[in-house]
Amino acid sequence: MWIIKRDLLLAMRRQSDVLTTLFFFIIVVSLFPLSVGPEMNMLRTMAPGVVWVAALLASMLSLGRMFSNDYLDGTLEQMLLSPQSLSLLVLGKSFAHWLVTGVPLVLMAPVLGIQYDLPTDALLVLTSALLLGTPVLSLIGAIGAALTLGLRGGGVLVSLLVLPLYIPVLIFGAGAVEANMAGVEFDAHLSLIGAFLLVSIVFAPWAAAASLRVSLE
Amino acid sequence: MLQGVNLACVRGDRELFKDVNFSLEAGSLLQVRGPNGSGKTSLLRMLCGLSNPAAGEILWRDTSIRSLNGDYYAAVTYIGHLSGTKDDLTVIENLRISSALAGSEISIKQASEALKHMGLRGREALPVKVLSQGQRRRVALARLLVCNTSLWILDEPLVALDVMAVKLIQEILEQHLQRGGLIVMTTHQEIMVTATSITQLHLA
Repeated sequence: MWIIKRDLLLAMRRQSDVLTTLFFFIIVVSLFPLSVGPEMNMLRTMAPGVVWVAALLASMLSLGRMFSNDYLDGTLEQMLLSPQSLSLLVLGKSFAHWLVTGVPLVLMAPVLGIQYDLPTDALLVLTSALLLGTPVLSLIGAIGAALTLGLRGGGVLVSLLVLPLYIPVLIFGAGAVEANMAGVEFDAHLSLIGAFLLVSIVFAPWAAAASLRVSLE
Repeated sequence: MLQGVNLACVRGDRELFKDVNFSLEAGSLLQVRGPNGSGKTSLLRMLCGLSNPAAGEILWRDTSIRSLNGDYYAAVTYIGHLSGTKDDLTVIENLRISSALAGSEISIKQASEALKHMGLRGREALPVKVLSQGQRRRVALARLLVCNTSLWILDEPLVALDVMAVKLIQEILEQHLQRGGLIVMTTHQEIMVTATSITQLHLA
């Protein structure tokens, strides 16, 4: 658990990294109402999609840093040599990554949703879908970040690897809000995102740990 | 205790070394020597289990390190070329975190004692990024004072250290050997360590 503390401490010392992700999210989401125009109905329909796409891109923006700094200064080597399970360390690091990049997005989402004239219960659904979905982004992202560690042009490669895996979360995340606004049950969507979360908690750290061992060999 | 059997290392299509054999008992030191690019670091990374030998096997207490994993890591301390310290953390935070990572958490008191011993008194609260190269090396090597592992694998531990620090490290290494520990290290300098057995391994 101290690995979470360590990563949070490092994030505190380098606040610019955290703020970059958050401001990117805020700017992208805010640009749409300005560019599309103030037509309420259209804004309301596109809101869930825009927020989710922005959240996806924002979380991907910070993926490169997840392991690369540790790789460059040799601390990642020490993590591989730790008697503790590497999968658990990766899980801890992904959790810290989510606390630093995912949670601020979740907290900002309802505020930004107001720009799109979303009703209160839709805002609530949007926030809870993000709350369930953003940890999945961090966990799946960890695999991509581990696989592309130390490669030139890793940034582009990580997007290509990870984006296809993000798509189900995007579909059901945005789908939950749309279902709620259409007056249909949205529980199924949330349950599916929850299932993605559980599966990725179990498998993603393990896959990322294996990738790290390959990358460092 | 530590044995290398017919080890070979291939990088790309170049064979760096092959048929390297050695056996190390408790309380002995293995010095790996050889010109630049002869595979010293590669050999040490193999011994840590960070990479696989192209051929041969590494045995720890007669068991292959491949099958030991966590148990083996709990017995090894590796200090490589990269210091393994975070620039943004303070000296004492770095030491405590790297110890926790290695499986033995230490108190603030233990950590500051070790740092004092390494000649870093009064610098505990400074971020590592403001330290000199030699001081960073001292922070990394301070781990040796607080770990309780039996096998130390050190890649050029004396680089960037001043005369006093080199002497200090040699003392620490001697004490470790007297306690029955094992050391595998590379260095281009002569080692002035008195130990029951010092083996030299030359990589061509």
